[in-house]
Amino acid sequence: MATTADTFQAHAEEHHHDADHKPGFFARWFMSTNHKDIGTLYLIFSIFAGVIGGAISGLMRLELEQPGIQILGQVSMWLNGSADFDQMLHTWNVLITAHGLIMVFFVVMPATMGGFANWFVPLMIGAPDMAFPRMNNVAFWLTAAAFVSLLFSTVSPGGTGTGAGIGWTAYAPLATSGSVGSAVDFAIFALHLAGAASIMSSINFITTIFNMRAPGMTLHKMPLFVWSVLVTAFLLVLALPVLAAAITMLLTDRNFGTTFFDASGGGDPILYQHLFWFFGHPEVYIMILPGFGMISQIVATFSRKPVFGYLGMAYAMVAIGVVGFIVWAHHMFTVGLDVNTKMYFTAATMVIAVPTGIKIFSWIATMWGGSMEFKSPMVWALGFIFLFTVGGVTGVVLANGGVDDNLHDTYYVVAHFHYVLSLGAVFSLFAGFYYWFPKMSGRMHSELLSHLHFWTFFIGVNVIFFPQHFLGMQGMPRRYPDYTPAYQYWNEISTYGYYIMAASMLFFFANMLYAFLAGKKAPANYWGEGATTLEWSLPSPPPYHQFETLPVIEDHHSHHDAIGPKGAASAH
Amino acid sequence: MASVALARKNRRVGLIALCASLAMLGLGFAAVPLYDLFCRVTGFAGTTRVATEADAARAAELSAGAPTISIRFDANVARDMPWEFRPRQVTDRVQFGQRDMAIFEAKNHSSVPVTGTASFNVEPEQAGKYFNKIQCFCFTEQTLQPGQQVTMPVLYFVDPKALDDPNMKGVEQITLSYTFHRTR
Repeated sequence: MATTADTFQAHAEEHHHDADHKPGFFARWFMSTNHKDIGTLYLIFSIFAGVIGGAISGLMRLELEQPGIQILGQVSMWLNGSADFDQMLHTWNVLITAHGLIMVFFVVMPATMGGFANWFVPLMIGAPDMAFPRMNNVAFWLTAAAFVSLLFSTVSPGGTGTGAGIGWTAYAPLATSGSVGSAVDFAIFALHLAGAASIMSSINFITTIFNMRAPGMTLHKMPLFVWSVLVTAFLLVLALPVLAAAITMLLTDRNFGTTFFDASGGGDPILYQHLFWFFGHPEVYIMILPGFGMISQIVATFSRKPVFGYLGMAYAMVAIGVVGFIVWAHHMFTVGLDVNTKMYFTAATMVIAVPTGIKIFSWIATMWGGSMEFKSPMVWALGFIFLFTVGGVTGVVLANGGVDDNLHDTYYVVAHFHYVLSLGAVFSLFAGFYYWFPKMSGRMHSELLSHLHFWTFFIGVNVIFFPQHFLGMQGMPRRYPDYTPAYQYWNEISTYGYYIMAASMLFFFANMLYAFLAGKKAPANYWGEGATTLEWSLPSPPPYHQFETLPVIEDHHSHHDAIGPKGAASAH
Repeated sequence: MASVALARKNRRVGLIALCASLAMLGLGFAAVPLYDLFCRVTGFAGTTRVATEADAARAAELSAGAPTISIRFDANVARDMPWEFRPRQVTDRVQFGQRDMAIFEAKNHSSVPVTGTASFNVEPEQAGKYFNKIQCFCFTEQTLQPGQQVTMPVLYFVDPKALDDPNMKGVEQITLSYTFHRTR
């Protein structure tokens, strides 16, 4: 920290307030300690990983378009060099494993916590950079290394065939004695690296938010996006080490003869599930909470009103984070918990609907009577609120231990968690992206293409996932490449939805091309008077080093009206 | 710029957060013995109880007039275990509180001596804490010479307290399951 500040001051003296002095290409992008550049790297990485993860889901939807085995033979030929029946089924497991791990650890988390949080937490709290800029760099490159390790696992021997076919949950004994070969070791190593990276960046966020807020920016005046990142960072610091412990034990069970999860040596495979979901449930909030924060900023901006119930919104996120740690066994209702345990986990899970309901209510109340503008980030935010609510409702259904006995591991569960993640978290990502893209790049994107992207994507993902509720209610189990012809109708429709969704991404990439080739230069505050947080006081893109003199947040301004006159003046 | 003071402050908060994550890492590993202890104490997840003769005598006193319950015996061997292992009786009826003996038979089909340990479990799980074993072949390792056949007894009783537990309402049969693993 001290080094960065000193270097910066030296620059400032030499070049006479040239805060936009940038190092050469290699030093800037490969040795970066600048929070904005690292954020950009994370976003590029996340888009790249998202294309791969999305392509894998395309293979899965192609396979499921009709009963029987369609394309798995071909994919198995690529991976194994042969298409033995067991290898084809193993290949299916490899696909679902890779899709899950990539989307969770290499798309959503790098985009929310890596990309947007790195870019905008320092800007929003009026800090010159992150607290530990070098650790920020290490975290990014560890994430990249983790992704390489995961890709490596798909071409390593994994027991029945090539690749790790263990599901993103990596349950023992499938992930221990059930999968010999280095593929699973590489996958576990990828999780170790990605986990270490996330813990580092979380420590960085916690320190930055606690210590580096501009004078006058009290915790209760922080923008809600910063609150969401703070809560998420705490969840990561407390949950990820438990995953690290669990997968380390998997690793020693696999390679060093321990029996943590092996009954033959006195271990218990159910313990792995408890450990995994003690991490896994907070993990789903880790994916969605930064989205909550972004949606709050966007809804307030395009309603030209401060967020309704600011403190309630902030502490609702804290409550979701806290309660998220004591509901994990609702993922394991069918392992044979007794009635009282199921009752507790059912009730505790339903309690989470209360703070979540507060958030949905407050977003609607923010819009109520507001001067609304349906710009691209706002339509994505509205899509988020609608779809996340649908996913929340099916979540309350699944929270019932008795109902879950029937729906466990069916497509109803798949539909539920894709409504909150694929449609919830991803919509918040696109909302945030369109909200901040001109701020980050300095170029305006096309509103028309963004709206086309939104509507086609919205229709596409709903056509994919809504029919999966029906399939699940009819009893179609997840994790199988084949099904009885009775399920064909809705599976076909679901796959058509994938085609629509995939086509809609063309609008996204066309929009990026347009913005960089022909996009208008973005002014400092291109969303107008509704955008009141500190990043809008800086030019687009912000200078390489910002807030040389710290902005002062005036007392009489409300939390969402954070730009003081001095804050605005400090920008170059 | 108070960068030295800020750097010190940052290091402090960063280290506290690091310690928190290390503590959670430790807790993750500590979960192994804690979970084991928890299951033993509460009979969670179908963990059966080990009872002394005195416990058995106390339970027997309560058994007067108690109803009977069906016990099913299940025997398995792990994939790499060259033994044959089965219960002599598949089901048995026993009065709550009365001790009963079940006999299992094991034979080593390989040409080398093999030592095995049996893991055990009770279904339904809520019956675990009422299923008491006084003596069991599963308490120790068993070694069978090539071709040797042995009978292995289990002395057990079902605690009459189960009759007062609403979770046990409707439970008509308890399954006691063993799996023999090759001792590592």
